Amino acid sequence: MTAAVSLRATGARARRRAFVNAAMHAVLGLAVLAALVPLFLIIAVTIAQGLPAMTTEFLTSTFNFSRRVQGGGYLHGLIGTLYMGGLATLMAVPIGIAAALFLTEFPRSRLAAPIRFFADVMTGVPSVFVGLFVYAVLVRQIGFGTFVGAVSLAIIMLPIIVRSAEEILRTVPGDLKRGSYALGARQWQTVFRVTLPAAASGLTTGVMLAVARALGETAPLVLTALAAQTVVLDFQGQGQTALPLLIFREARGAFAAGQERAWAGALELMALVLVLSIVARAIATRRAAR
Amino acid sequence: MTSRTTTLNPGGIASSGRGRLGDRAFRWAVAAGGITVLLILALMIGSTTLDALPVFSSQGIVDFLTGITWDPGVSRTEITGTYQAGVFMFGTLVTSLLAITLALPLSIAIALFLSDVAGPRVARPLAYLVELLAAIPSVVYGLWGLHFFAPTVLKPVAKFLSETLGFIPIFEGPVVAFNPFYAGVVLAIMILPIITAIVHEIFRAAPAAERQAAYALGATRWEVMWQVVVPRSRPGIVGATMLGLGRALGETIAIALLIGGGTTINISLFQQGESIAAKIVNTFQESAPEAIDALIALGVTLFAITIVINMAARLIVRRLGDLSGEAIS
Amino acid sequence: MTRIDSRPLAGIALAGSLLVAACGGGAAPSPATQPPGSMAHLEATLLGAGATFPDPVYQEWIGAFRTAEPGVRITYEPIGSGGGVQQFIEQTTDFGGSDAFMKDDEITAALDARACDAVLHIPTVFGAVAVAYNLAGVDGLVLDSDTLAKIFLGTITKWNDAAIQALNAGLSLPDEDIIVAHRSDGSGTTSIFTTYLDHESSDWSSQVGKGKEVSWPSGVGGQGNDGVAAAISQNDGGLGYVELSYAIENGLPVARLVNDDGNAIEPTLESTAAAADGISIPDDLRFNILDVGGDGYPIAGATWILASTCGYDTAKADALKAFIRWGLEQGDSIAEELLYAPIGDVLQQKALANVDRINEQG
Repeated sequence: MTAAVSLRATGARARRRAFVNAAMHAVLGLAVLAALVPLFLIIAVTIAQGLPAMTTEFLTSTFNFSRRVQGGGYLHGLIGTLYMGGLATLMAVPIGIAAALFLTEFPRSRLAAPIRFFADVMTGVPSVFVGLFVYAVLVRQIGFGTFVGAVSLAIIMLPIIVRSAEEILRTVPGDLKRGSYALGARQWQTVFRVTLPAAASGLTTGVMLAVARALGETAPLVLTALAAQTVVLDFQGQGQTALPLLIFREARGAFAAGQERAWAGALELMALVLVLSIVARAIATRRAAR
Repeated sequence: MTSRTTTLNPGGIASSGRGRLGDRAFRWAVAAGGITVLLILALMIGSTTLDALPVFSSQGIVDFLTGITWDPGVSRTEITGTYQAGVFMFGTLVTSLLAITLALPLSIAIALFLSDVAGPRVARPLAYLVELLAAIPSVVYGLWGLHFFAPTVLKPVAKFLSETLGFIPIFEGPVVAFNPFYAGVVLAIMILPIITAIVHEIFRAAPAAERQAAYALGATRWEVMWQVVVPRSRPGIVGATMLGLGRALGETIAIALLIGGGTTINISLFQQGESIAAKIVNTFQESAPEAIDALIALGVTLFAITIVINMAARLIVRRLGDLSGEAIS
Repeated sequence: MTRIDSRPLAGIALAGSLLVAACGGGAAPSPATQPPGSMAHLEATLLGAGATFPDPVYQEWIGAFRTAEPGVRITYEPIGSGGGVQQFIEQTTDFGGSDAFMKDDEITAALDARACDAVLHIPTVFGAVAVAYNLAGVDGLVLDSDTLAKIFLGTITKWNDAAIQALNAGLSLPDEDIIVAHRSDGSGTTSIFTTYLDHESSDWSSQVGKGKEVSWPSGVGGQGNDGVAAAISQNDGGLGYVELSYAIENGLPVARLVNDDGNAIEPTLESTAAAADGISIPDDLRFNILDVGGDGYPIAGATWILASTCGYDTAKADALKAFIRWGLEQGDSIAEELLYAPIGDVLQQKALANVDRINEQG
C-alpha cells in the first residue's frame, strides 16, 4: 500500500499509471484468451477429425479383425465404459454419501476430521497408483475384468463424492431438520425423509461430475480391465475394454485407419463426458436459482 | 426450498423403540462409510508398500531413487534386475515444473480477470468454460497433443527455440519427435483450470472493504489487483500451485503419449524423457512378475511424493477457511 | 460372452486392395475367400492373449477363419508376451501368444496348474529386426555383428570408424557422430535384437545382456517403432533398429548384415524365412534363431502360440486345432501382406505336429 501515498499525483506519473492499468487489463484479457484457445482447439479438432470417422458402423459395431483397414467400431468400448462406470457408481455412491452423512451428522466425532482430511488427500492420489493398488490386491487374486476395473473407478469417484456430498448436505437448511425433530422424528428418519430429499439434486450433480471424471480415466484401466476385442458382458474373469483404452491403443498405433477410429472414439468419449458435466452443472444452476 | 417441507410427512414420523434402534443402525452405517474411506487409503498404502518392499530392499532406497539404470529381470519369484528411478523422477519433475511455470501466471491472470475485471454476467460463463478444460479426459488431451497440437503448433515453437536459444542447455537441439516440452505444455493446459478455479475463489474471498479502501485512495483497478488482492492471497496461491503440482506429477496418459519414452536423463527439453507414471503404463503389460513389483515400487514413490505435496497444500488452503470442495477436488 | 459381428469379409477385401503385397502375392486370391471345405462345422469360443507383435496377423487370421467356421468365436487380446505367458499359466486363456519361448520354471508352473504332460510351443510367423539409418548420400551400408555391438555399446562413435569402413570399402563415410536410437518400451523387437547381440558379442553379453527391455549404454530411446524411426529420421547420422515390416512399409534405408557364412544379407521376407533353414530346432520347438548362414538374414525370431496337451473340452480343442492349422497352412498370404515372414515348410511340419498334440490327453 506504499503506492497509496502518491496516488493523488498528477501529470506524467498519472498517465503512466493509467497506461499500466490499461496494458495490464489487456494482458489479463489475453490470458483468458490463451486458456480459451486450447479449449476451442481441442473441441474443434476432435470434432473435425472424429466426425467423418463417426459412422453408424463405428457406433454400432466392434473390432473388424483388421488393424490396418477402416471400418469396425468402438461399441465394445462404449459398453465397457458404461458397464464399469455403472458398477463403479453403484459401489461409490452409497459409501460416499454415507461417509458424507457421517461428517455432517456427527461432526463432533473424533473420526470426522481425519475422514475429511484423508478424503481430500485421496482426491490427489494419482489414478495410475489406484490402478497399481487394485492390481496388487485384486487382479493378482481374481484376474483382470469388468469388476476390478469398476473397483478402480469407484476408488477414484469415492473421495469426489464424499467431498461434494458433504458440501451439499451442509447447505440443507437447519430449520428443515429442526422442524422434523420438533415433530418427533428421529435422526435417521430426518436424514432419509428430510435431509436427503432436500439435497437430492445437489447430490446428483456431485455424483454426475464424479462419474464424468471416472468415465474419462485410462491409466487405472490399463492395469485392471486390461483389454478386450469384443463386447464383454462377463462380470469378472475376462478382460474388459473401455473407450479410453481403445483410444489410447490406437492413438499410438502405426495404422492411419486406427488413428481415425481413435479420433471418432475421442469424440464419442468427449461428448459423453461433457454432456454429463454440462447437465450436472445445469442441475446445480437450477438449484441455485431456486 | 419451503416447498420441500411437504416431504416431512408428519403423520409417518413417530417416535418409537424401533426409531432408537434405527438411529443406532444409522450411526453405524454412516460411520462404516467414513471408515471405508480411511481403510481404502490405508490398504492402498499398506499393500503396495508391501509389494514394493523387496524391490526397495534389494536396490537400496537411495540407489532406487537416484540411480539411472532400469534393467528389468524376468523372474517370477525373486528380484534379479536393476531398478533405479532417477531417469523417471527427473522426467516427472521436468514436465511438472514446466507445466507449473506456464500455468501459474496464466491462472493468476485469468482469476484476476474473473474476480475483478469482468462483471458476474461475463465472469460466470467464462469461469465455466475454463472449468470445462478440466472435464476433458486425459486420453483426449494425449491424442490431440500427439496428432495435432505437438506437430502443428509446438514443433515450430520448439524448433525456433532450439535455433535461437540453443546455447542454453535446456533448449539444445535436435528437437526429437516426442519430448518433455510437448508433454509439459499439454500438462500446463490440463492443470490450468484446477489452479485457476482455486485462485479465483481465493481472490473472490478477498474482502470488498479492502478493495474499496484502495479505490478510495485513488488506486487504479490494476493497482488494487496487484497491490491488494494478490498479496493477501499469497498463501492461497501457494496452496493452489501445490495442488496443481500434485495433479501434474500424477498425470499419466497424456504424458505417456507425448514425452517420448527416453531411458536417459536429457537436460534438453527437446529430447526424449520418461515420467514415473508413463513408465508404469508403458511397460506394465510386457513385464515379468518381478518387474511389475518394481513398477509398483515406482508407483509407491510417486504416491509418496504427491501425497506429501497434497497434504501440505491442503493444510495451507484449509487454513484459509472453508473453500468449496468442488474447486479443490 | 456376447459378440457383435462386424464385417470381416469386407475388411479383408479392402485390405487386399489397399496394401499391394510387397512379395508380389497381391494377385493371388486371398485364402479368406476359399473356405476350407474339408472341415466339419465347429462350435466353440476361444480366448487367447499375449504378444502384440503378431497381433495384426492373428486378428486377420481370426477374421478370415470365421468365414470358414462361423461357429468358432475367437478373441485374441494383444496384452504383451509377459501377460500372455502369465494368463496362459493361470489358465485364464485357452491359448497364449509370446515372442519368447517359455522358460523352464514357467512351464513347470503351467504344468502344475493343469496336471498336463507338456506345454506346446507352436511357431506361427517370423519377425526380423532391421537396422535402419539416416546418413545423407550413403546407400547400401553393410554391418556385421561385431561393429553393430560396438555401435550400440558406444565404443564406435563415428561413421568413418575403421571397422565400419573396412566392411564398406566402396562407400565414403563421413566423420560424423553416430546417433544411436533404441526402443524404450518393453518389446519383442528389442528381445530379438539383444538376443542376437548377446549371442554374437561377449562384450555385449557381459555389459548389457538380453531381454525385452535392457539398460542401454548409449543412445536415445523411442516409444515403439514410430518413436525409433522418428529418432533416426530426425537426426543426421541416426541409426537404430525397427521391426522389419515397419522398415519396409516406411521405406527406411536399412543395413545389410553379414551372417555366419560371411554373406551380407538384406532384410526381406525371403531372407527372414530363409533364416531358420539351417538352424537346428529342438523337438519342443523352443528355439532362438542364431548363427544364421546361407541366404538367411541373421536378426530374426519366431513368435509362438502356446497351448497344452490337456484341459480342453473336445469342441474347444477341435476349434483351436483347426484355427492354428488354418493359419499355418493358409494364412501365409495374409501374413505376407502384413509383411510378416512365414515360417517355411520344414518348421511348418513340426508346428503342425504340435498342433495335433493339443489336448491329446483329453
